[in-house]
Amino acid sequence: MYALREALAAFRRAPVLAGLSAAMVALALYIIGLFGLASYNLQLALSSMEERVEVVVYLRDDARQSEIDLAQTELAELPQVLGARYVSKREALDRARRDLPEFGELFGGAGVNPLPQSLELELQPAARNREMVEQVSAAAQAYPFVEDVEYGREWVDKLFTLRRIGAATTAALGGAFFAVAALIIGTALRIAVFARRDEIYIMRLVGARNGFIHRPFLIEGALAGLLGGIAAWILTYATYRAVYAYLFEVAWIPSAWVALGIAVGTLFGSVASSLAIRKHLGEV
Amino acid sequence: MPAPPRLALLIKLTQVAKEYPKRGFALRDVSFNIAKGEMAFVTGHSGSGKSTTLRLAHMADRPTSGEVRVTGYSSATLSSREVWKVRRRVGMVFQDFRLLPGRSAVENVGFALEVTGVNRKEIGPRAQRLLSQVGLSTKAGALVNELSGGEQQRVAIARALVNDPFVLLADEPTGNLDERATRGIMELFVELNAKGMAVFMATHDLELVRRYPKARLLELDHGRLVYDSATA
Repeated sequence: MYALREALAAFRRAPVLAGLSAAMVALALYIIGLFGLASYNLQLALSSMEERVEVVVYLRDDARQSEIDLAQTELAELPQVLGARYVSKREALDRARRDLPEFGELFGGAGVNPLPQSLELELQPAARNREMVEQVSAAAQAYPFVEDVEYGREWVDKLFTLRRIGAATTAALGGAFFAVAALIIGTALRIAVFARRDEIYIMRLVGARNGFIHRPFLIEGALAGLLGGIAAWILTYATYRAVYAYLFEVAWIPSAWVALGIAVGTLFGSVASSLAIRKHLGEV
Repeated sequence: MPAPPRLALLIKLTQVAKEYPKRGFALRDVSFNIAKGEMAFVTGHSGSGKSTTLRLAHMADRPTSGEVRVTGYSSATLSSREVWKVRRRVGMVFQDFRLLPGRSAVENVGFALEVTGVNRKEIGPRAQRLLSQVGLSTKAGALVNELSGGEQQRVAIARALVNDPFVLLADEPTGNLDERATRGIMELFVELNAKGMAVFMATHDLELVRRYPKARLLELDHGRLVYDSATA
């Protein structure tokens, strides 16, 4: 009870300092929040690009329908494949006319359809990488009536590279931002503890136990972390709304991330306070 | 006044040396005891080791060699986490008072009571009693910054008494006070001593020491104990 009362009293006695500590914590966690928002949306964008990775199996014009049906069933049963869809020559032509109207004359003339029939293979999410795609491609090419197999090798390679760059950037920037946030929070709480060094000194002087001295500061640090975390959440959400309204469409981060951010802020507040106070405990 | 041998020893320094990394030796081979109920002065020039002696007796520092025993606790075995045990038996006051500014006299004393675990309901009355004991009952509500030097030192003494200590250590307690305030503080020390509390005071003011011929006198010179009236 004493610890909680003292921690709250510290906020009351020096509201500016306590407010500044919480504001610095909020700012540090806001940086982390913005980074989380950006990396989460980058992840979503990459995932949606990956969904477009598919294998197209072009079939010869003389392939029999029974052979095509068998190939469609067999390819759909591959573990890497989510589904296989047959696209007839007629459907391919309709699609081309719709998607490429500038070539309308070419596709519409002389009653000849130059486009091949095909099987479009949608891949399992875990199979949208170069190695798996090549395995599916090899399986499709084994059929004698297959003219060609396309999966956009360059596209898959670029996507894979992009994923790796994204992961490395996220790790490096995330680490750097976290270190900056840790330094800011640590400094803010060191200042808060330093401002009360006289009290710590008197406590030691008259024989207060270390735990007794520690507890109010731990709670004070946790409160600064909690308030800072909530403020950072509000700031990040406001930024998200502004970006969504005025710049482009973005997704809000999962609630678990928000809860984790606030919990980390609270925990870090306590730890930073605890480390700051250790220095002063040895002085008397 | 030589200490009667039958009295229990509160502070015992045995061949104590204290060396600081930059300053060098502050104390060399110092041995003496302070007994229960004793009043003793330690004198010497600036830098002679008076404050170091008091810091060791308060376990704020540890000797480089030798042993300091305070109310039964040894510097050799008492950990930093356990120092509070000594502090509950030894009160301390300083030349610069070291009060919490912006708080009243009763709040300063009350703070010390609260952090030593005294029941919240008892804090107010006990703080008032302690302030009465040092002659400050009428100034309990005054902010310490508004009090005179002598009054601030009285608040510091009241704070040092919160644990009802066996011994009161005083490091140049009259150094910032005028003649009248000095006399008042010394009368308070004598009064506390008369009630059975040992008082161990560091001062460079030999004139002041001469006014208390019955008190024991220790003299330090360049970190060595050169005179002890108990053994002279």
